[in-house]
Amino acid sequence: MGSVAHLDVLPVPRGGGSIGAKAKLSLVDALLAEHEVRPCALLALRWLARHTGIERALCLAVDPESGRLAGLTGLGVPPAAVDAFSLDLADRAHPLVVSLSGGEPVAFHDSGQTVPRPFETPLGHSSFHAVPLGSSQHLQQELGPGLLLLTGAGDGPVTEDVLWAAELLGTRLAALGYRRIQADERRHKRERSLLLAVIHAVTDPILLTDADGRILIANAGAETLLTAGEEKREGWRRAVALNNMLFSASHFTAESGPTRRELLLVDPSEGKELLFEVLSTPVAIRAGENGIVSVLRNVTDLRRATEEIEENYRRLRLAEAATRAERDRLDLILNSVLEPILVTDPAGNIVRMNPPAERMFTFPGRRNSEVERRVQANDAVFTSFVSNLYAGQSLRWRGELNLLDPRTGATIPVEAISGRVVSKHGEETAVVTILHDLTEAMEKALLYEQVKRHSEELREKVREATAELAEQNELLRRQAFQLEQASALKSQFLANVSHELRTPLNAIMGYTHLMLEGVSGAISAAQQDKLARVDANARHLLSVINDLLDITRIESGKMPVQVERIRLPELIDEVMTEVEPVIAGTRLAVTRSLPEELPDIETDRQKVKQIVLNLLSNALKFTPEGSVAIRLDHHGPAGEISIAVSDTGIGIAEENQKTIFEAFEQADSSYARRQGGTGLGLTICRRLASLLDGRIALASRLGEGSTFTLFLPANSRPA
Amino acid sequence: MTSDKKPPPLVLVVDDVDHGREIFAEYLEFRGFRVATAADGLEAIEKAHELLPDIILMDLSLPGIDGWEATRRLKQDPSTSAIPIIALTAHALASAHDRARDVGCNAVVTKPCLPKDLEQEVRRQLAAARPAEGPAQP
Repeated sequence: MGSVAHLDVLPVPRGGGSIGAKAKLSLVDALLAEHEVRPCALLALRWLARHTGIERALCLAVDPESGRLAGLTGLGVPPAAVDAFSLDLADRAHPLVVSLSGGEPVAFHDSGQTVPRPFETPLGHSSFHAVPLGSSQHLQQELGPGLLLLTGAGDGPVTEDVLWAAELLGTRLAALGYRRIQADERRHKRERSLLLAVIHAVTDPILLTDADGRILIANAGAETLLTAGEEKREGWRRAVALNNMLFSASHFTAESGPTRRELLLVDPSEGKELLFEVLSTPVAIRAGENGIVSVLRNVTDLRRATEEIEENYRRLRLAEAATRAERDRLDLILNSVLEPILVTDPAGNIVRMNPPAERMFTFPGRRNSEVERRVQANDAVFTSFVSNLYAGQSLRWRGELNLLDPRTGATIPVEAISGRVVSKHGEETAVVTILHDLTEAMEKALLYEQVKRHSEELREKVREATAELAEQNELLRRQAFQLEQASALKSQFLANVSHELRTPLNAIMGYTHLMLEGVSGAISAAQQDKLARVDANARHLLSVINDLLDITRIESGKMPVQVERIRLPELIDEVMTEVEPVIAGTRLAVTRSLPEELPDIETDRQKVKQIVLNLLSNALKFTPEGSVAIRLDHHGPAGEISIAVSDTGIGIAEENQKTIFEAFEQADSSYARRQGGTGLGLTICRRLASLLDGRIALASRLGEGSTFTLFLPANSRPA
Repeated sequence: MTSDKKPPPLVLVVDDVDHGREIFAEYLEFRGFRVATAADGLEAIEKAHELLPDIILMDLSLPGIDGWEATRRLKQDPSTSAIPIIALTAHALASAHDRARDVGCNAVVTKPCLPKDLEQEVRRQLAAARPAEGPAQP
């Protein structure tokens, strides 16, 4: 503001005018063209500065309403100082008020002699001239329209040009009614400052922005968030810059009606996040241009409180869900148990049941039914059982109950196990009872008894059977022993029989022979013929005895086998030689055929010879006419040797082909007897073949002939 | 040669059965042999020591000392061990024949046996035994 100065007031000597008419005319034109009070005053001051020697100037105007002399405009003076200047016109002794009404310019010097009292002007320490505005006519009537305070004119007198300009400006200001305008402006100014004070007094940040988001008005709260001078620290300025970015980003032009949105900003002083609720309302700031008033309400604490409430609610919901899940799980567990479970409260009322228990203790059907009666009976039995538990002190109780199946009425024996549920505080909360169906157990026990009994019986039977078997075994063993003995006895018996038969046979054959040999003298032809028949029969008897003995030996396992390497062709030769006399007595053609290569075989020569001899003898015996053939073959390297004896004889009927190998069987016994056979030959052959690991095969057709084939292993080595 | 002057071979026929002795004795005498007989094992041993026959026909099943035992004793006695013994038996089983050979019989002939077959066997045994007779051979 203005500085304190001690000034001398002196009348100003008038100087002559030097400014040309053209310059004056330009001022007149400019003032006439301007219709605002302040610009008019400024124009005049600038004209003075240009055309006279003044350096600084202040234009003061009289406000009739307030009765004060106030600053209108200035040149080389701060506008604030101009606005601040105000002087009460009632102070008639004030040098400026005096000079206002004097009608003449007054000089205020810095001499310090004639100063009645100190006062301040925006012009500071300098000496200045005070020049009243308006015509002297004006000034005669009342107070003039105002004063020009001029400095820099030096000690020289105020020129006619200055006075002319002051009069012209005073006239123009009077014409423009500057007094009213000034008063309006002052009122507006007051209202504006009041409004600003109100806005600033609101703690919530308030902003007015233009269409482009530029801030036109901001109250203190808004300035704190969105503006920062150079004096603020770095962090603060950065927070403010961030807030501006955030605010601009969220800014938009609402065409109509208020909008509400949330905005997160940073508190520049503390760096904490602040949540604002922004209420934006469009307002008209100029004709055709809209701005936006935004009121920011700090809802950070509100939000926090809301979040806390939400969190608490969420926790509550979670706890609830957990409880429900726990309960569901318990239900699931209870329901999955196949045995009835009941929970009773301390008063004895059933409070929970699983489905199996429900089947026993509830009746879904109509009332007063048989089912209900059974359920009630079950209930009574159960209640009585549980009351036992309450009567005693024990935590558990166990018993057997007979319940009824509600549907069938059948008695169900159950084992009931009850347990008291006691809370942490020792308070009895419930009794849990599990019922275990004993029906199956009882049936199982019954079944087990039956099985056990049957098992015992079975064991007894097995024992008896075993004993019987042992007895049988013993019997068999004894029988086997007896059979063995019998067999041995039979063999011995046959051996003895053979011996006892041979001895008389020896006599018969011997004496017959003596007589036939003529040892006992000559005999007649008829006698000789009859003795020959005795001899033949004795021989037949001998062969029967020999065959019997052979069979006996084979059957008793006493037939020895003596293995040697033999050549079959040689053996066949021997056989042929032996039967040569027989062949000579027939008209049969006897042939033999041998393969080119026949290996030697290891076997019992005597037995092979006996078999072949027998087969060949049979063929000769039973073939009235035709031929007999012996054929040897070798079947493969590891195969068999075969000796086949074929004839064109009587043949053997198919039904007899199996029995022919049995003892004393002959296809035609009468013929056989006639031929001197014993009926044991084939039996012996087959058994001998077996002894040599061989076999005898037969192919025959009745009336067409037979083929007996002896097969022997190529490398026979009988055990 | 003085074979014609030498007395024919002496055959000792041992058999407990009368006709068994008679048939072979009669036929062998008919065929020119000298024949002595014994009816049991003990008699056979005594006759053998007494007569020292050229060959013995020994039945095996004899009362008292049987043919096997008699043969064993005769074959163990140096004075009689060289005499060929032909077992003449109605036993047809191999075991009986084996036992006979085991005790020292030179051959086994099964009854019934034709007298001429027996004569052949006697001559075969005498022929086989002759080189061993040494000084007895003329």
